[in-house]
Amino acid sequence: MDLLKYILRIADSQLIIAQRLSEWCSKAPTLEEDIAISNLSLDLFGQANILLEYASKIDGKRSADDFAFHRDERNFYNFLITELPNGNFGDTITKHYLYTEYMLLFFEYLSQSSDEELSAISKKSIKELKYHVKHSKSWVIRLGDGTNESKNKIQKSFNDIWRFTGELFEMNNIDIALMKKNIAVDKKIIKTIWDEKINETFKTSKIDRPKCEFMLSGSIDGLHTENLGHILSEMQYIPRSFPNAKW
Amino acid sequence: MQNGNSKKIWDLLNTVPDPEIPVISIVELGVIREIEFLNNSYIISITPTYSGCPAVKTFQDDIKSCLHKHNVKNFQIKLVNSPAWTTDWMSEKVKKKLIKYGISPPSEIVVCPQCKSTSTILISEFGSTACKSFHKCNDCLEPFEHFKCI
Repeated sequence: MDLLKYILRIADSQLIIAQRLSEWCSKAPTLEEDIAISNLSLDLFGQANILLEYASKIDGKRSADDFAFHRDERNFYNFLITELPNGNFGDTITKHYLYTEYMLLFFEYLSQSSDEELSAISKKSIKELKYHVKHSKSWVIRLGDGTNESKNKIQKSFNDIWRFTGELFEMNNIDIALMKKNIAVDKKIIKTIWDEKINETFKTSKIDRPKCEFMLSGSIDGLHTENLGHILSEMQYIPRSFPNAKW
Repeated sequence: MQNGNSKKIWDLLNTVPDPEIPVISIVELGVIREIEFLNNSYIISITPTYSGCPAVKTFQDDIKSCLHKHNVKNFQIKLVNSPAWTTDWMSEKVKKKLIKYGISPPSEIVVCPQCKSTSTILISEFGSTACKSFHKCNDCLEPFEHFKCI
């Protein structure tokens, strides 16, 4: 069903990036940053949960937990950028900035959706994501406009991760069908605004916009990098090994 | 209690403290959106402060145990996402309670809850819970938490 798949795409990205971020818990460079990243992760888990609850209502059979813990890689639709390993701190910040600047725009447009539930979820998520963009952007600027070492490292992060940004704007027949009902977002419009925002940050942070035009994709059809299998094996281990476990 | 008087339920829930900030009740925090009486049952609509707020589960358990204690059994708890929770719903009375407890209430200008100075610096955008940020007062030098405006 189109709507169900559309919701899962959004939910899966939020869920997988939340799981990735949670790996920083107790390992971040400073105590404040440790708390910050854990809080960012928590927000995204919360948004994923609300979306999966909605998916469950549309589906009528599977629960939110069934969706999170009992699907395999090929049935996940999260963007590839969300499943990439955390790398160094600059890599994580780069991923988070590129992704949340996109998600904030996406939810701003989705808040006008004719689907009341998606609109409500978007309005709530926007309030939280504003802090994500503010936080990750301030780090991008601090690192880019910092020492030679920090500048070189964050520039490398952007060069490495850039090729995963193309698919953020990819659409298929589901988007087209739902756009006709005013449910889905036209990603062509957000691409233009996203580019403007990102270019502005490149200017302030003195980071060069990566030249690489080659973009990877696949998640829209459930095709992933090998990283997703590993992340799922950790995330799904307990519910799969002990299906009735309660805590 | 089966008479459909939702005012009584509001009063009971006003005695349930927020799990993280026990000086204010869950009603004062604004998470209880509506109480309706339908088909002999109270429908209590609650909205989470933040999507990932771990207290949402605790809210529900605390509501259940409070109502059970007062012999109210005919109720259901419904989670609603719209309208999204906002700190604008907090009354001046509640903000005063927060200051007394040592938390700077939501406002554009951050005020030190100890010496009331407005000369403060942000230490971290994120604090001990999702709804708070961490600051320091430039005058009395005390660190404190601020309820973020959302």
